[in-house]
Amino acid sequence: MAPEGAHDSGSYVLHHLSNLTLNLQTMRIDEHAQGFWALHLDSTFFSLLLGALFLWLFRRVAVRASIDRPGKLQNAIEIMVEFVDKQTRDLFHQDNKLVAPLALTIFAWVFLMNLMDLIPVDLLPFVAERGLGLPALRVVPSTDVNITFGLSIGVFFLTLAFAMKYKGPVGYLKESLLHPFFVRRGPLIALNLVLVPFNLILRVVEELARPVSLSLRLFGNLFAGELIFVLLAILLAQILSGPAGAVLAAVGILFNIAWAFFHLLVITIQAVVFMVLTVVYLSLASEHH
Amino acid sequence: MNIGITLVVQLIAFAIFVWLTMQYIWPLLLRAMEERRAKIADGLAAAERGKKALADAAAEREQTLAQVRGQAQEILGNANRQAGQIIAAARDAARSEGDRIVEAARAQVDHEIDQAREALRKRVGELAVAGAQAILQSEVDARAHGRVLDELAEQL
Repeated sequence: MAPEGAHDSGSYVLHHLSNLTLNLQTMRIDEHAQGFWALHLDSTFFSLLLGALFLWLFRRVAVRASIDRPGKLQNAIEIMVEFVDKQTRDLFHQDNKLVAPLALTIFAWVFLMNLMDLIPVDLLPFVAERGLGLPALRVVPSTDVNITFGLSIGVFFLTLAFAMKYKGPVGYLKESLLHPFFVRRGPLIALNLVLVPFNLILRVVEELARPVSLSLRLFGNLFAGELIFVLLAILLAQILSGPAGAVLAAVGILFNIAWAFFHLLVITIQAVVFMVLTVVYLSLASEHH
Repeated sequence: MNIGITLVVQLIAFAIFVWLTMQYIWPLLLRAMEERRAKIADGLAAAERGKKALADAAAEREQTLAQVRGQAQEILGNANRQAGQIIAAARDAARSEGDRIVEAARAQVDHEIDQAREALRKRVGELAVAGAQAILQSEVDARAHGRVLDELAEQL
């Protein structure tokens, strides 16, 4: 639904940035619900839908995979699998059968979630409002911090698990307490007692910075991208307000096309970055310094 | 930005999706690709073997051809030599036959010359007798003078 005039552009933008929220305590749809029990129905729905789409499509191709005459879809998916496989082999040197499928899931799922950004901003919210009476709808799950943090915290848990698996609890503890500052020998060896807390603090910061940066990078890029689409849609809506408005609308259309092309790059790159960094973090967690 | 249960749902879904991919998708796709890679490698190796066999066959053919060419040369040489011999033999035979014919002809000619000379001598004798008869006006008894006449004929 386009805004009727410049004065409610603000509310238009805000409306686009609010989730379809279900308050699990009251079991009511409430746009302004806050707190832990506020479930973002739209983000969750599209996230699960796209994840299921990924699983269904890849499973279908995997089951029917032909060795002699692969179809176009199989070729495309194999290119993706080969890319992920190569990245994983290059970055992760241990023998582990979880890392590559994890990387593929992240890449494909994040890419599909990002791809939702290329659907015209008002299309699905309009259909949802007119057809289903839903007050708000955000269709790009990766513009929701819950979704990106859900992924990055999962990766964080995995890095801890990998560290335990490959270094053992003692090795991990030793590395956390004695790295990077450590006096190996000499008269200053007693200094290590002072250095241990510094090492520990640095370690905690380092470990926490990874999932935070991982998720905020994806969220920030996609949120900004979506916001620009929303703002360009406001420009487009000026067509109703006379000849000057028509010029603005034309500019809006041009920028919209240009931004969509540029955004194609952004969504792909962000998916690759998320995948590659995940593999890098797991690799760092499983290798001795 | 409200962080809440959505994050937990996403986290659980993430774990399940990754597990499903690991269990039911990744191994199948990778196996198909690995099998194709092996098949292509086999095909290339077979092509390589075929190429090598072809080269071997070509070399063998070349060798056989050279051998056959040598044999043909030899046969041709033999045939030429044999033909030469036959021609030489035929030439000798022809020459000796010619000589023989010429010899025979020459003998016959000599013989005929002798006969002619004999006849001529006889004739001259007869003429001489006839001439003497005419001169003597008398019959010369051929029987009585035959010996004289024959002697005369001998001397001619």
